[in-house]
Amino acid sequence: MANSQRRITKELAEVTSDPPAGVTVSLANESNVHEWNIMMDGPPGTPYAGGKFKLLLVLPTDYPFKAPTLNFKTKIWHPNVTFDEKGSMCLGMLKGDVWKPSSKIMSILTAAQQLLVEPNPDDAVEASIAQKFKEDKAGFIKEAQEYTKKYAN
Amino acid sequence: MDSEDDFMSGMSSEDDVLQDESDNDDASNDDFNFDEPEPDDLGYSQKDEVKKEKKSFDVTYKVHHPQDIQRQQDDLIDEVNMILDIKKEEAAILLRHFRWNKERLIEDYMDRPKKVLESAGLGPSTSGPPKLEIIDGFACDICCEDEPGLESFAMKCGHRYCINCYNQYLAQKIKEEGEAARIQCPQDGCKRIIDAKSLDLLVTADLQTRYRELLTRTYVEDKEILKWCPAPDCQNAIECGIKKKDLDKVVPTVVCDCKHRFCFGCILAEHQPAPCDLVKRWLKKCADDSETANWIHANTKECPRCNSTIEKNGGCNHMTCRKCKHEFCWMCMGLWSEHGTSWYNCNRFEEKSGAEARDAQAKSRVSLERYLHYYNRYANHEQSAKLDKDIYQKTEKKMIQLQSASGMSWIEVQYLNSASQALQTCRQTLKWTYAFAFYLARNNLTVMFEDNQKDLEMAVEALSEMFEKPVQDLADPKLKVEIMDKTSYCNKRRVILLADTADNLANGEWEFGSDATA
Ligand SMILES: [Zn+2]
Ligand SMILES: [Zn+2]
Ligand SMILES: [Zn+2]
Ligand SMILES: [Zn+2]
Ligand SMILES: [Zn+2]
Ligand SMILES: [Zn+2]
Repeated sequence: MANSQRRITKELAEVTSDPPAGVTVSLANESNVHEWNIMMDGPPGTPYAGGKFKLLLVLPTDYPFKAPTLNFKTKIWHPNVTFDEKGSMCLGMLKGDVWKPSSKIMSILTAAQQLLVEPNPDDAVEASIAQKFKEDKAGFIKEAQEYTKKYAN
Repeated sequence: MDSEDDFMSGMSSEDDVLQDESDNDDASNDDFNFDEPEPDDLGYSQKDEVKKEKKSFDVTYKVHHPQDIQRQQDDLIDEVNMILDIKKEEAAILLRHFRWNKERLIEDYMDRPKKVLESAGLGPSTSGPPKLEIIDGFACDICCEDEPGLESFAMKCGHRYCINCYNQYLAQKIKEEGEAARIQCPQDGCKRIIDAKSLDLLVTADLQTRYRELLTRTYVEDKEILKWCPAPDCQNAIECGIKKKDLDKVVPTVVCDCKHRFCFGCILAEHQPAPCDLVKRWLKKCADDSETANWIHANTKECPRCNSTIEKNGGCNHMTCRKCKHEFCWMCMGLWSEHGTSWYNCNRFEEKSGAEARDAQAKSRVSLERYLHYYNRYANHEQSAKLDKDIYQKTEKKMIQLQSASGMSWIEVQYLNSASQALQTCRQTLKWTYAFAFYLARNNLTVMFEDNQKDLEMAVEALSEMFEKPVQDLADPKLKVEIMDKTSYCNKRRVILLADTADNLANGEWEFGSDATA
């Protein structure tokens, strides 16, 4: 749809010129504005610090009326991200009943960053990681750090 | 008989439907009790009808047609519009937010109007009807268009978007997501609910229609006392005061004006006398054991004497092998001659001796056999009910032939119609008596239940056999009388069985075996 192209171009320009700290954005393929590569630094002060995480943002054809999807391409050990090749994450604002056509990709990126700072164990997709996060914070940090070293370098 | 339980008082006469499907207004008398007050006029004239016999297994209910449902909503909206002096489209949003509990809405609104409006998604209001505007220098934040002359719209929250984006947004919500009552402003984080008047400005007529259908759907779904009739293409809703918590005490069968008989508790086809919970359990068990079920379900069997394949072609269990003329019972494969007077061998599962049950393997075999016993009979009645229906359709033609052969009028051959209906209804009941009996513990009450079941079953099989006689036999006036007698006897036995079961259920008398809790 033509108006979707215009909106996406505008958002891409905004996000590439003034991205959130620790985030860089580029098109996965120059001819397709619907797939964005995101590189996200593990936020300082979290067990993900020092890691570089690659994410893929896919905008559906009827964007912005339908929410984009965001997946971790780098494996990450986190209660709200599936610990598999898919790296699907559960982000509140991307849910169908919360997403609004005026919601912006910029806020998706900051929300994703925020989730790394503050996992949400009550809305977890990896129950065992969530349990560890809740019951053994030190152990959680240690393990998450190890996985960050292993996968996110 | 009268019941102390108040959900059972003020009966509709469910059983009258057996005699006359057309006077369904009886099934919707006006003295039901609601948990919340309703507008006085619910679309039925108050009739001073003569109350027919009340049955303890009947529940009170009322059928609402689409126009009634619409009018109820309109009446409530008008009332709130007048009392609170707010716009109709806003009254509608408030009512939906309060799930149509008018009293609570008015009370809360009187207390804290601002908070109520806020939480219902109506926010601070300024006056003026909704309208499309062309504003200089406007750029739409969704599509980023800014061409001059672009029409735009904002609700009272002031979040303005172009008409194209609004249109696409609403179309997606209504068509794809089936949303209506809770569509919010397209602004990120804004909870303002779109009202019907604004919507009409922004979408095409077909979407407006769909939107209103969805709103009506929410109205029915928001009210515990209303449920849609599940029959395909039926637009009626049934109103009944039976609550979820009552369902272990009562099995609420209702009959829609479209003739569909279903359970108000679980929306499945009627399943008296078995309570909803056992029905759910039973159906799950049957699905889990579907391989066995498939095996049993097979509609052909072999003659026990000559082994030739016999297809069941009618509802009756009395089978005669075409080849060797052997007569046997479809259910137990036993000799039919032994059934004439002692049918009971066929309805009751004899519990195996304790000695055998001690062996673990035998135990599981016994439990499978026990299940199959009940399942077999359950499935048989289900199958027979379907076959009886086909036969009725064929018989309808015969009824015409019978008229010319016997000189009887169309009215005079209607007894076949009644017989067919009785067979259907009784088989539906019998079917569920087997599921119910499967879960019962063995005690005197269960024995009495099985006696009732046996009486009904014998009557139904006898009627089914008469019913399948060829047209020339049916011309015999003696057979007509027999069929009419048997029909009314079947209906009577069914009522007795259902009434007893319902009374015991209401009083918590039934004792269930381990399968009912497993
Ligand atoms: Zn727009
Ligand atoms: Zn708004
Ligand atoms: Zn119906
Ligand atoms: Zn039910
Ligand atoms: Zn034979
Ligand atoms: Zn038998």
